[in-house]
Amino acid sequence: MTATLTPPSIPSLAVELRGLVCTFGTVKSGTVKSGTVKFGTVNAVDHVDLEIRAGEFYSLLGPSGSGKTTCLRLIGGFERPTAGQIRLFGQDVTGQPPYARDVNTVFQDYALFPHMSVLDNVAYALTVRGVDKATRNKRAGELLELVKLSAFASRRPAQLSGGQRQRVALARALVNTPKLLLLDEPLGALDLKLREAMQTELRSIQQSLGITFIYVTHDQGEVLSMSDRVAVFRDGRIEQEGTPQDLYEYPRTAFVADFVGGANVLPGALVGRVGGRFALRPERVEVSADGPGLNASITSVHYLGAQTRLELDANGVSIHALIASSRKFTPGQTVNLRWDAADLRPLED
Amino acid sequence: MAAPFLPKPSLQKPAAHGPLLYRRPVLALLLLLVPPLLWLGVLYLGSLLGLLVYSLYSIDDFTGQVGNVLTLDTLKSLFTAPSNVDVIVRTVLMALIVTLACAVIAFPVAYFVAFHTRGPRKALWVLLITLPLWASYLVRVYAWRLILAQEGVISWVTAKLHLSWLLDEVLRLPVLGGPSLSSSYLGMFLVFVYVWLPFMILPIQAALERVPRSLIQASADLGARPAQTFRRVILPLAVPGVAAGSVFTFSLTLGDYIIPGVVGAPGFFIGQMVYTQQGTAGNLPLAAAFSLVPIVIVGVYLALARKAGAFDAL
Repeated sequence: MTATLTPPSIPSLAVELRGLVCTFGTVKSGTVKSGTVKFGTVNAVDHVDLEIRAGEFYSLLGPSGSGKTTCLRLIGGFERPTAGQIRLFGQDVTGQPPYARDVNTVFQDYALFPHMSVLDNVAYALTVRGVDKATRNKRAGELLELVKLSAFASRRPAQLSGGQRQRVALARALVNTPKLLLLDEPLGALDLKLREAMQTELRSIQQSLGITFIYVTHDQGEVLSMSDRVAVFRDGRIEQEGTPQDLYEYPRTAFVADFVGGANVLPGALVGRVGGRFALRPERVEVSADGPGLNASITSVHYLGAQTRLELDANGVSIHALIASSRKFTPGQTVNLRWDAADLRPLED
Repeated sequence: MAAPFLPKPSLQKPAAHGPLLYRRPVLALLLLLVPPLLWLGVLYLGSLLGLLVYSLYSIDDFTGQVGNVLTLDTLKSLFTAPSNVDVIVRTVLMALIVTLACAVIAFPVAYFVAFHTRGPRKALWVLLITLPLWASYLVRVYAWRLILAQEGVISWVTAKLHLSWLLDEVLRLPVLGGPSLSSSYLGMFLVFVYVWLPFMILPIQAALERVPRSLIQASADLGARPAQTFRRVILPLAVPGVAAGSVFTFSLTLGDYIIPGVVGAPGFFIGQMVYTQQGTAGNLPLAAAFSLVPIVIVGVYLALARKAGAFDAL
């Protein structure tokens, strides 16, 4: 067993992933060698190392197919890793089935049991542990109160709206007070207004219960407002990890700069540097009709309400800028662009 | 269901312009529905109603003519004449046991196909399950008679294995046994189970296919062991499929008149009773009364299943 070889666990860590690999498809021969993608196989998760502290709201962010959901499913035990180790609160759970892990999940499609009432759905984790009916109904009732659905206890999931089902799924996953809650794009199916309300609610529930949340999403706005820390996934690997401010202000790669907040990625030559590429936030680009700066022409104007996005062309490089909507520009107009040199963030190649 | 391209018939004022059938969606719906409704309503339900009406007459024992007075005597005789009661009890018991056996055998097969195969392999399995249905039912029943006969395949194999004593013991069992497998209730049971099994597997498989995998994962996630997940999530969601399958196997066994004639112990089944009463015996009212029995039993069965919550997950 590897357990004897690993150093004593640090209890403040909720999740440790070490060299985690998950391969889909048929492996033609032998075992998967580290770092290689064999013919006919895809490493959905490719050597991921991750540490999540107890009590954190941690987000896995990335486009679809980037491995974030697979990573979550590995932690939950729904997928088996090809290589690597998963430790939850210092315990190696790599080979354990989902029911043996002290983890609960809010599924993307909510996965509520259609043949049970809302109350029975919420009480399910207690039912399968043999808790008597009075106790489990009392506890499930408390959770329904927490998510403000007490009045719907006897309904069937099919009789609820999407937002209500989402809250039932949350209550069901929390009923057994897990130490770790996994959320797989839980707000994806809700409309904007509801999503914003649920973001606030999720964050306050997480803080009041002190449970570690791991949150998977492709919505960077959601991540920035809720998370303590974020890992940005790309092609099965973690591209960058840090607080929302870190990621937004100091993207290390062009991918992160673009994916989190849609920064401009500009060649050094254009911005008066020697070589390399630089990130520049669109809201830090100053646009003026005259005066000094980089010459550019406006290709299109998109009105967004409070702000307006300008698509610009400067010497063949496309740049976009966010400006106050009170200022008027028209497509085809020639303008000058300026920025603070400190806002240029050098990117790794 | 209305064709998807038609606007929903509503109480709104019909549109003033456009093709007639677009302006009058109800008319389009009627045109679509009338032929199948005629078929179902007149030919199918109408003949059932005719049966019911016929069972309300009785035959004159002396002249052999059907009387022209409405009476409940024929229906009553189903439950008063011991020979008629025998037929009903024998048929219903066989149908129950066949249904039970089909469900027990079909569930693991359906479970395997639904959860452990996919793509072309799933198609292959479904093909294999339905393959017996490609051959004529009569051919298969007669084939079974040869398999079960005194000098048939089974007795030949048991003799080669020096197990003839076992077969003899089985045939000596009361009720189940008989002179040979092909003339015993056991043999008849085997043939019934073989012939109706696909009708049980397919609905259960269809029900299991509809169970989202995330439900099974959610159950495991919430701490349920695989056996608990099976009992609390998979089985309840498969019940509508079992109910549908059992309606097939149950009513097909209730109404069958070939198998009891070709294989099995002497003693009439409901189907044979209907066949002989309306044919050689010329007692149409009694034949009609007998054919109502399966309909009533299946109706009661479905009502009970519904009350027990079998269709709650639909």
